[in-house]
Amino acid sequence: MSDPRELYQQVILEHNRKPRNFGKLEPCTHHAEGHNPLCGDQLDLTLVIENGVVQDVKFQGNGCAIDVASASLMTQAVKGRPVAEAEAMAEQFRGMVRGDLDPATQTPLLGKLVLFRGVKDLPSRVKCAVLPWATLHAALKGEEEASTE
Amino acid sequence: MTTTLQPLDVAAIRKDFPLLSRTLNGKPVIYLDSAVSGQMPLAVIERMSHYEREEHTNVHRGVSTLSQEATDRFEEAREKVRAFLGAASTREIVWTRGATEALNLVAQSFGRMVVQAGDEILLSAMEHHANIVPWQMLAQEKGATIKVIPMNDAGELILESLDELITERTRILGVTHVSNVLGTVNPVKEITARAHARGVSVVVDGAQAVPHLAVDVRDLDADFYAFSGHKLSGPTGIGALYGKLAHLEAMPPWQGGGSMIRSVSWEKTTYMPAPAKFEAGTPPIAAAIGLGAALDYVQALGLDRIAAHEHELLAYATERMAVIPGLRILGNAKDKASVLSFVVEGIHPHDLGSILDSEGVVVRAGHHCAQPVMTRFHIPATTRASFAYFNTREEVDILVSAVMKAIELFK
Repeated sequence: MSDPRELYQQVILEHNRKPRNFGKLEPCTHHAEGHNPLCGDQLDLTLVIENGVVQDVKFQGNGCAIDVASASLMTQAVKGRPVAEAEAMAEQFRGMVRGDLDPATQTPLLGKLVLFRGVKDLPSRVKCAVLPWATLHAALKGEEEASTE
Repeated sequence: MTTTLQPLDVAAIRKDFPLLSRTLNGKPVIYLDSAVSGQMPLAVIERMSHYEREEHTNVHRGVSTLSQEATDRFEEAREKVRAFLGAASTREIVWTRGATEALNLVAQSFGRMVVQAGDEILLSAMEHHANIVPWQMLAQEKGATIKVIPMNDAGELILESLDELITERTRILGVTHVSNVLGTVNPVKEITARAHARGVSVVVDGAQAVPHLAVDVRDLDADFYAFSGHKLSGPTGIGALYGKLAHLEAMPPWQGGGSMIRSVSWEKTTYMPAPAKFEAGTPPIAAAIGLGAALDYVQALGLDRIAAHEHELLAYATERMAVIPGLRILGNAKDKASVLSFVVEGIHPHDLGSILDSEGVVVRAGHHCAQPVMTRFHIPATTRASFAYFNTREEVDILVSAVMKAIELFK
């Protein structure tokens, strides 16, 4: 990465400063905790899913700007979506930040989440961006914990 | 005293380190991460290369001239470690893979021997995981308890509490000589004196101390002292444990295999005396010889001159960083080695680390394998710059402007 501004764009910085859907849903139907053991990032995700649709979602935890902004933008992106679509988004997001999928053509569900495409040039930070999505995947599968290791 | 020292010729020294002339993300590399791993001078790299090209074989094996030569070089390196640490005998120097393995050796051999159910192990609040986890494993196995010597907000151990914390059940006290996060130089000599007065053995993690200060294990009166070669301008995969001979002689072996036995039969196996008793299998021979060359290198520069140079850089960096708005330095001990940990309001250390990286500045961002220290200061992680004898004030200036750039970006 020659210029960090390619990744640290205003949208990401702004979501880091003011994360959306921050907090905890009580009661919730789905819940998982995500950990990134390497850097200590930690995320608590709660969802209310009814009739196969993500009705509501909140997160809380500690992490870097990439992790927090990824979680914030993820909650906005999946809220109101069918579970199957949220799962497909998770797949596309992971494919994009690992450099396997081209955001120009292969990630149609991601919308403004293509902001995170620059993460692929920062291998050490891929896990930060993926942690919220891995946690979502775990919650949807009924698993209590997700780890990026 | 420092005024009479001839300053280091840093420009000449830098020519010994090929990595320092490479670029990183299109910028000259600024290596401020010697606390993670020190760079190796050419003298070390070439010595190891020479061994592999001309001298490679196994040690303590057979009658060939080649094996005898390798054994001699390997044992000469042990003698260099002995002299470096001020130990009485090479029999007190055990080769290990690094400080971590050395501390595990002490826990599993000495610890298993002296710690029983209900006993206590006392550790300082600023230990690296390497001097915590082996003791937790031992405590769990034996039904023993871990107790902690607290520290103050400056990052200094509160030794007033020591006499109270040591009880008749305390068997071992573990303390780092220099904190890898806070830079604090702990008063090991005072700690060993007070622990010994109560019959407690002291295990010192010297990984961060040996690159910065002259260590004399006999003066410190440490029972055990562990360090890693790669923090000390040497290669990875080699380190050493100093142990008082009486302890090493009394301790059982911890790994079995070749080299550590006197004789083996199905009925009875007998062991070699220390240190061979603790060195099962083929050691990393080139690495040991390389560490010997690294000790020659730093001693030729002069440990006192290295310390003076690093202290000057630390003072300069502290002065420049302290005035950056929103930046807080962690670790303000009176006696401090050249480690500068900091947090910046509103910027997570990993983001800061990535931005510094894009400027070619190599630092460590994270919990530094010292999560209890992070918890103590209520932070998830820090960014840490660490200075070595090849660093310059200009590099400190580049660090400062890179931090300012990050603050501007995150504003």
